[in-house]
Amino acid sequence: MAAVSGLVRRPLRQVSGLLKRRFHRTAPAALQVTVRDAINQGMDEELERDEKVFLLGEEVAQYDGAYKVSRGLWKKYGDKRIIDTPISEMGFAGIAVGAAMAGLRPICEFMTFNFSMQAIDQVINSAAKTYYMSGVAAQHSQCFAAWYGHCPGLKVVSPWNSEDAKGLIKSAIRDNNPVVVLENELMYGVPFEFPPEAQSKDFLVPIGKAKIERQGTHITVVSHSRPVGHCLEAAAVLSKEGVECEVINMRTIRPMDMETIEASVMKTNHLVTVEGGWPQFGVGAEICARIMEGPAFNFLDAPAVRVTGADVPMPYAKILEDNSIPQVKDIIFAIKKTLNI
Amino acid sequence: MRKMLAAVSRVLSGASQKPASRVLVASRNFANDATFEIKKCDLHRLEEGPPVTTVLTREDGLKYYRMMQTVRRMELKADQLYKQKIIRGFCHLCDGQEACCVGLEAGINPTDHLITAYRAHGFTFTRGLSVREILAELTGRKGGCAKGKGGSMHMYAKNFYGGNGIVGAQVPLGAGIALACKYNGKDEVCLTLYGDGAANQGQIFEAYNMAALWKLPCIFICENNRYGMGTSVERAAASTDYYKRGDFIPGLRVDGMDILCVREATRFAAAYCRSGKGPILMELQTYRYHGHSMSDPGVSYRTREEIQEVRSKSDPIMLLKDRMVNSNLASVEELKEIDVEVRKEIEDAAQFATADPEPPLEELGYHIYSSDPPFEVRGANQWIKFKSVS
Repeated sequence: MAAVSGLVRRPLRQVSGLLKRRFHRTAPAALQVTVRDAINQGMDEELERDEKVFLLGEEVAQYDGAYKVSRGLWKKYGDKRIIDTPISEMGFAGIAVGAAMAGLRPICEFMTFNFSMQAIDQVINSAAKTYYMSGVAAQHSQCFAAWYGHCPGLKVVSPWNSEDAKGLIKSAIRDNNPVVVLENELMYGVPFEFPPEAQSKDFLVPIGKAKIERQGTHITVVSHSRPVGHCLEAAAVLSKEGVECEVINMRTIRPMDMETIEASVMKTNHLVTVEGGWPQFGVGAEICARIMEGPAFNFLDAPAVRVTGADVPMPYAKILEDNSIPQVKDIIFAIKKTLNI
Repeated sequence: MRKMLAAVSRVLSGASQKPASRVLVASRNFANDATFEIKKCDLHRLEEGPPVTTVLTREDGLKYYRMMQTVRRMELKADQLYKQKIIRGFCHLCDGQEACCVGLEAGINPTDHLITAYRAHGFTFTRGLSVREILAELTGRKGGCAKGKGGSMHMYAKNFYGGNGIVGAQVPLGAGIALACKYNGKDEVCLTLYGDGAANQGQIFEAYNMAALWKLPCIFICENNRYGMGTSVERAAASTDYYKRGDFIPGLRVDGMDILCVREATRFAAAYCRSGKGPILMELQTYRYHGHSMSDPGVSYRTREEIQEVRSKSDPIMLLKDRMVNSNLASVEELKEIDVEVRKEIEDAAQFATADPEPPLEELGYHIYSSDPPFEVRGANQWIKFKSVS
């Protein structure tokens, strides 16, 4: 029940959030594309480019996608390429893996990643041990980066903005390996500036490479998915106080781009990681462990700090839910603590 | 060829009582083929089933005999090597079930596809890999078909997708391969096998539904050997009519100890699928002589008498041999000769599998990803690194 009302409630909050939110702007004439449309574009281009690509999942065809991510694709490509499945996650995930083993390139969509847990055996045991491609899904109430990131044989990507979303799904489709694409459905309706390169059909965001969204000198802030936006907001606030944060958008969870993170830490001497997932055995924990193992450790002037979701199952009441995920104020607090200001 | 044989036989007739040598054997006047009656299959949602008679040519008969004998001896050799601790880990043997793997292969084309669970050595052979590669994989050497990294449950060949360890998971995979067959439009079918134990997995019913809905060219095959590990079918299934459990999917129940019955049923099922009617289900009634795996003696949940009875009355190799000898398709000596050749082949393969070196440690991290540039893989601690190449 909580999940269903979460689905219904979110769009409304999303709208009010949009009204309050500042868009990431530069030149006024720049093209704005929402994350949803960017993913749609990416899939459309790849469906057109390679006839072995097809999409299957619940409501992806005639319903245009539960979150409208696959809008228009069924009308364009028809029953053979865009397939509505019954509610059988384990079954159709297995079918997707089998089709990939036989040479096709399926995009297997889980309506929410929670549903994917029924199929996690197929993703981990069948997919990770054979070479194939899989992917698209939305996060619901839980971040699965740590779950899937744990597993060798998988690649795991986590887009933040529209450019990430389009570029990563295109790379995922073209990759000959199983790729889990952790979309965040709260981001679907958010428009971002779409640079000219991203408008090309050959635009790809490489898997395994992080992006420095904002240069800074005082502290490295590493994040993935929706929290990247929060980190940038925190950075904007802190900039007014004379603190310049370097914000890194991981883009890929596995294989992780430690080089970019290490180089940044060696420059700024401070590290805060930010993620939506639970703290234990999470993405931040992995980053901290690896920092200690590498050259950047000796450059730290303070212990690395993690900002994460609260270590609780996702609660229902709004105030509880809001406080279960990292907010801008939590990020600012952690940064100031790390910098001892 | 026939004329030549007849000519040779005219020259050498009179020498037929000597111990068999290839030329002398070839001089015997064997029948070219013979017609046999086979058991009628039980049908579910089908008006007609496979034919109840079939023609077996001498050539095919010899081929099937050799293949079944090879699988039999290969499995027995694996048993021996396992007891000598040269093979370790999981090892599930299929002796007793040879008519299934050889019969299924006889009913399809090499361009068709097949996937099964963990009792897979027989299928690995019938789908085209050599005994050498199979045994060397069991012994974990670099000459194995998966370079020693897969073991018993993870062997693959062209159009053969293993070898799968998770019970039942291979069934949706098989439906997916069938989807690809339909998608590619080449009239290929996929044989998707599972056991009587796996038949109760929910994901199999999900696969039935989607296969029927989308008319996938999938032949679902339940290899019913009466026991899911130590649990007999009566103790596991509310309905043991496995051929009916596809409900809306038509089904056949087949005598899995008779290779000709299996072959005809497979031909029938494949034709059904190829005609675009959608999936079909076959239950093969068969039996395994060994326990579930090498760690199961196989007698705590069934009697030795039962095993002995099947061996003496229904052994698939014996059934084929009797048919061929009684119809003059082959002689006892000729078949014995094949036995000798097979034994030698297995022995050579076993020697290779025992002597071949293990894969090098440097390759521990290899083949994690496909088509990727090399990267580093962490070992047991941060200082141990392995290289990974695709």
